[in-house]
Amino acid sequence: MMHFDMEKIDIAWCPGCGNFGILNVLKRTLVDLKIRPQDLVLVSGIGQAAKTPHYIKANFFNGLHGRALPPATAIKAVNPELKVIVTSGDGDMYGEGGNHFIHAIRRNPDLTVIVHNNMVYGLTKGQASPTSQLGFVTPLQVDGVFEEPFNPLAVAVALNASFVARTSIHDLALTQKLFAQAIQHKGFALVDTFTPCVSFNKVNTRQWYQEHTYIVGDDYDPQDRNEAFKKAVEAEPWPLGVIYKSPAKASFEENLPVYKNNKQPLIDRRVQWEKLEALIESKKI
Amino acid sequence: MTHSPEALGISIVLAGEAGQGIQTIEQLLTKILKLDGYHVYATKEYMSRVRGGTNSISIRVASKPVQAPLQRIDLLVALDEKVLSHLQYRITEETIIVGDPEVLGAVPGILPVPLRQMASELGNEMYANTIALGLISGLLAVDAQVMEKYLSSRFADKGDDVVANNIKAAGLGYDRSWTLRESGEVRFSEIRKHEHSNEIMVNGSEAIAMGAIAGGCQCITSYPMTPGTGVITFMAQHQHDFNLVVEQAEDEIAAINMALGAWYAGARAMVTTSGGGFALMTEGVSLAGMLEMPVVIHLAQRPGPATGLPTRTEQGDLELALYAGHGEFPRIILAPESLQSAFAVSRQAFDLADRYQVPVIILSDQYLVDTYYNTAAFALDPRETLPSIVETTEEYQRYQFTPDGISPRGIPGRGLGLVGADSDEHDEAAHITEDLDLRVKMVDKRLRKLGRIKEELPAAGLEGHKDWRTIIISWGSVNPIVREAVAELNRNDVAQIAIQQVYPLPADLHQYLKKADRTIIVESNATSQMGNLILRETGHTFQHAILKYNGLPFTVEELVENLRQCLLA
Ligand SMILES: Cc1ncc(C[n+]2csc(CCOP(=O)(O)OP(=O)(O)O)c2C)c(N)n1
Repeated sequence: MMHFDMEKIDIAWCPGCGNFGILNVLKRTLVDLKIRPQDLVLVSGIGQAAKTPHYIKANFFNGLHGRALPPATAIKAVNPELKVIVTSGDGDMYGEGGNHFIHAIRRNPDLTVIVHNNMVYGLTKGQASPTSQLGFVTPLQVDGVFEEPFNPLAVAVALNASFVARTSIHDLALTQKLFAQAIQHKGFALVDTFTPCVSFNKVNTRQWYQEHTYIVGDDYDPQDRNEAFKKAVEAEPWPLGVIYKSPAKASFEENLPVYKNNKQPLIDRRVQWEKLEALIESKKI
Repeated sequence: MTHSPEALGISIVLAGEAGQGIQTIEQLLTKILKLDGYHVYATKEYMSRVRGGTNSISIRVASKPVQAPLQRIDLLVALDEKVLSHLQYRITEETIIVGDPEVLGAVPGILPVPLRQMASELGNEMYANTIALGLISGLLAVDAQVMEKYLSSRFADKGDDVVANNIKAAGLGYDRSWTLRESGEVRFSEIRKHEHSNEIMVNGSEAIAMGAIAGGCQCITSYPMTPGTGVITFMAQHQHDFNLVVEQAEDEIAAINMALGAWYAGARAMVTTSGGGFALMTEGVSLAGMLEMPVVIHLAQRPGPATGLPTRTEQGDLELALYAGHGEFPRIILAPESLQSAFAVSRQAFDLADRYQVPVIILSDQYLVDTYYNTAAFALDPRETLPSIVETTEEYQRYQFTPDGISPRGIPGRGLGLVGADSDEHDEAAHITEDLDLRVKMVDKRLRKLGRIKEELPAAGLEGHKDWRTIIISWGSVNPIVREAVAELNRNDVAQIAIQQVYPLPADLHQYLKKADRTIIVESNATSQMGNLILRETGHTFQHAILKYNGLPFTVEELVENLRQCLLA
């Protein structure tokens, strides 16, 4: 169907999993944006969501649980010509990788970060995730979750993230629109994507997301940070759409001194032998 | 046994509280001594605090190149009185202690020099350190013109007044030294001067950083941790000249995962840290093993466990480096012994990592990174780095099976192919698999690389007389101290193997050990980790282990004494 399709693959997701929707929308968006598989790197950690790169025909770096953002940041930094997209789960991104989430936003690398937020740990069979809602009962949280759920949008707005959006996979059109905007956005672009886990989350189902979300109106101004913060802390119904866009700011790569006067990717540069010789020479006194 | 000053040179120690200015004196003094033609060696021990405490810098001035610390002190410049108890174990009857009576009080046996008073007569107490500098220079018979010339160039950008005042202050100290020498109160044996203006003076951190640049390093990501920080700081300061991406990561986990991402995309990258930080990186080391991603890790050891002694030295992390990371995969561990080898090993680490697609750990320690002496300018030729990246074709498979286990490494965006990297067990195309036959083939493929590494890395070699019967083994920064101690022993029956290739161990090691009547291992740790590794790899057990783990490096005299006892036993 598309050049991002894999030939023969054995997908590890359950029938009805929201990840299928995310996979298809993402591939379609990549085709629409005319991105070459050779110029694309998909980066993930570990989890069911983090298997996404195995199901798209492109370059990929499937690293450790929680550690998608550090390699993604570095890949973009050493070769800014690549398009780098992170696909990851809520546990991967907000739990194990929480510290990287905070600091990657501060760095603002030009990454698209799609978080498959199913409010549960899927791969490890149903424990609570940082975004599990209060009272959510699991085999491990037997009396229900009592920790305050992590609010990725509010944290991102607090950190002045350059692009913050939320979508829900029950709305494919909205999801595609937001993926496209995020991929085209320069800087750190977060798309927290509500998605049902049919096996381990019987509370936050496809229908539940449909009934508990709404799309922000055209009159909503995502550039107003205070308003964005109010939106970010809204729940039941949860707002979908672009929640916040920071004033334009340089990306991590643009801030790196190596690219200030020279746009050539780092990987094409060679050792500065004369300068090194001069540096050694300067140590003679 | 008396260690002749001619052979060992003069041992000078500058000591005082953090922030009192011993560092200023040290930096000026060692440069002036080198410019005047002395061989200079300096190492420091310091406390993990910003103010107060006691820090000391030990300087050796000698007629021949020296690379090891002495125990004894010939001249101690004490900037406060706590210094005397701190260094008591190194002070002998012959030690000349110079100090300001106003600061030290009436301590018997001290040569009083009223540094502060002299400085305030000059109009500023700040000059007390420069007066001390002049005094030491004079005592060592430094050419006054060399001293003045260096001070002028050093302070030139601070204006003529500052230059004039510093020269005047140094002159005051210098004149004072002549009075002391003429009165016979201070007398040092003469040290020969040599012309060695072509040599450089850098510390271990700088040598490793420059080696990394020569090795094509383009990216360093790390989280500050003493004593590993010197390398990234140096590279940050030179990043504009050398096109380096330098990033302070949020933690060591991010640091190593960034470095792996950088290599994946085609850059050469490294991290620098110490034991605690490396412990956090271990999952990343394992990832490097699985991804077959090259990466260079500088691990500057300090005494643990946990926070331990943050500013002191130890060789306590060999086993950590050896076993870090879950699962089975090959790695290379190198422990440079000197500034020359710190540069060379650091440079080589990038080629080795790239060639075998494995993590390469450079195991240094606080002593090595903080020590400096004059040494030959680092050789850069041949000026090339190993070309290792292939342009991918449409059929490209990142983990293609090959006889030696090394698959051609492509990078994203360069060629028609696609490049995967997967921390799960994977197939040749890097895709996740649970095919258990494939699993076995992949494990074998990864481990095959170790065989290749063993074949291609050099032999250890042995230093000593052909009639040797005793072998002394040490590794890394301890090697030069053993070397000098062995030279002092001056015996035909003793030879030394100075290991710098920690893992895999040099192939010829066993053959020497088998022939020895007596074997001694010398390490800066409490459990003889190298001894354990050699036992595991060769079955050899050492008769004697000389182990030190109080946070300070071995000294020549103490090793001579220890070795002599082993040889008597
Ligand atoms: C260091 C480490 N800790 C724990 C795990 C086990 N683990 C794998 S995925 C996962 C959580 C998965 O949840 P999420 O990221 O939300 O993804 P999902 O499977 O729900 O898509 C955990 C705990 C691991 N692989 N590595």
